[in-house]
Amino acid sequence: MRKAFNKELLQIAAERNNVFMILADIGYGEIEPFAEAHPDRFINCGVAEQNMTGVACGVAMSGNTAITYSIANFPTLRCLEQIRNDVCYHNADVKIVIIGGGLAYGPLGISHHSTEDLAIMRALPNMVCLAPCDIPEAVAATRAMMEYHGPVYYRCGYKGEKDIHDRPVGKFEFGKAIEVKPGKDLTVFFTGTIGYNAKLAVQEAARRGIDCRLVSMPCIKPIDREAIIRAAAETGKIITVEEHQLSGGFGSAVAEVLADANVFCRFKRMGLPDVNVSKIGSQDYLRDQYGLGVDAIIYEIMEMSKK
Amino acid sequence: MSKESEVLARQVRLHCLRMVYRGESGHIGSMLSAADILAVLYSGVLNVDPAAPEKADRDRLIYSKGHGGAALFATLAEKGFFPKEYLDTYYKDAGKLSGHISHHIDGVEFSTGSLGHGLPVACGMAMAAKQSKAGYRILCVVSDGDLNEGSSWEAIMLAGQHRYDNLTMIVDYNRLQALGASEDIIDLEKLDVKLENFGWSTLTVDGHDHAALEKAFAKLPLQDGKPTAIICRTVKGKGVSYAENDYRWHYGGITPELYERGKQDIENMEY
Repeated sequence: MRKAFNKELLQIAAERNNVFMILADIGYGEIEPFAEAHPDRFINCGVAEQNMTGVACGVAMSGNTAITYSIANFPTLRCLEQIRNDVCYHNADVKIVIIGGGLAYGPLGISHHSTEDLAIMRALPNMVCLAPCDIPEAVAATRAMMEYHGPVYYRCGYKGEKDIHDRPVGKFEFGKAIEVKPGKDLTVFFTGTIGYNAKLAVQEAARRGIDCRLVSMPCIKPIDREAIIRAAAETGKIITVEEHQLSGGFGSAVAEVLADANVFCRFKRMGLPDVNVSKIGSQDYLRDQYGLGVDAIIYEIMEMSKK
Repeated sequence: MSKESEVLARQVRLHCLRMVYRGESGHIGSMLSAADILAVLYSGVLNVDPAAPEKADRDRLIYSKGHGGAALFATLAEKGFFPKEYLDTYYKDAGKLSGHISHHIDGVEFSTGSLGHGLPVACGMAMAAKQSKAGYRILCVVSDGDLNEGSSWEAIMLAGQHRYDNLTMIVDYNRLQALGASEDIIDLEKLDVKLENFGWSTLTVDGHDHAALEKAFAKLPLQDGKPTAIICRTVKGKGVSYAENDYRWHYGGITPELYERGKQDIENMEY
């Protein structure tokens, strides 16, 4: 997915002469084409994420769009105050792009996992939060992000993601869910690349006679309230799936919509438990170990489907 | 007869004392420390226009020591960026002016309040100006406390590395910070040597001597191909006898009696 993102960004930077890339010494093998094509719009601030974010803000406040880009939580948590006070408060046109959302950098360990980001980023005023699930969504989201003026958090995957959508994604709109598959018995909402496990689980549930609606939510903020309320009314059962701590993330955002709308339905959030991820292994291994494997999702669908 | 900048500095000090007194707030020491620097900058040094505060070619002043923002608010009001009546609302419910500097008011480029934020943003503006070949200058006023922050030094390294000679850092170097003397907390000496080692040109001046400040600001950058640091030796609380060089006036509040004494001190201040 990171390749697809960088390719699309390079294309946009060729079309617009005010797109800057501001780095903190991360991006080997991916960012070189941008640096070579636009050396005057590229800067590597060194291993200094606070400065990277402040520089991006200053560049953006001078009439430009600035991208900050790094691994997992480096460009978010390390420089959270710069994002809050500088970027969001001034509504600066800065796009904060992380590579390796969730557990994508599995065996590198907790320092390289991004598992609280959605909760933290969506709490910031002015911030739009995106988490595309596959490459077509990632490309469409990149284009939409760059057409928008203002702070955006973009949670990119890493590599080797399988397509989830069978149909073209079409125009990407903030605050709009994208249906993967219609269904009448239960709705599974997901955000990000964990959607592939949700898709496999929904396919297995269909074999067991449960007709699930499967919906991608690549835009966590603003969130598609209408799609959530409609799912509650039409299917009466909702499961959310996210590769993120359960506290305050995507499932919480969906729950907030239901509670605020005074809508009641069967509801279950699936995400990472409130523990530090200390086991070692690949993204798929860690997903299985921490309750986000395909079998775990099938189990919750079948449990909720019991009379 | 006093020079224009000296008249302005006296007015700024009086405004600050009144604002802090009426607002029952703090940070008077930091405001008085920077009053002369701001008065000189806004008396012909900066290319800014109160009638067109967002004109494209304006010089950008980032005030990184946001806690002393009342001094900048007072300067801007005196220069006509917004009505002086706004100063009466400082720190008040439904007020126009907050306790830390805010960009929601004409003439303020950037909001600060947490230290270490100004220089990185100034670096970004310097980079963008270089890229677009714009001729305006970027100036950033920092404090001793600002230079405790790692993010400031990240920006200092970057500016030296990339030779941003359109960037000037003005250090309000009063050597006191919230809880005491800088030399007892984080001693920045020799600051000029440190900055020169990071690729900056430096000049140290008396931060209350208007002629010296004017001379320093007249020849920016000090050296082509290098960012400039003007290290202004200042006195925290300058002009108010009981507050001078006493770190407790980082936070201290002003009683009616101290307000009257402070006013007298400022009115009798000699340049």
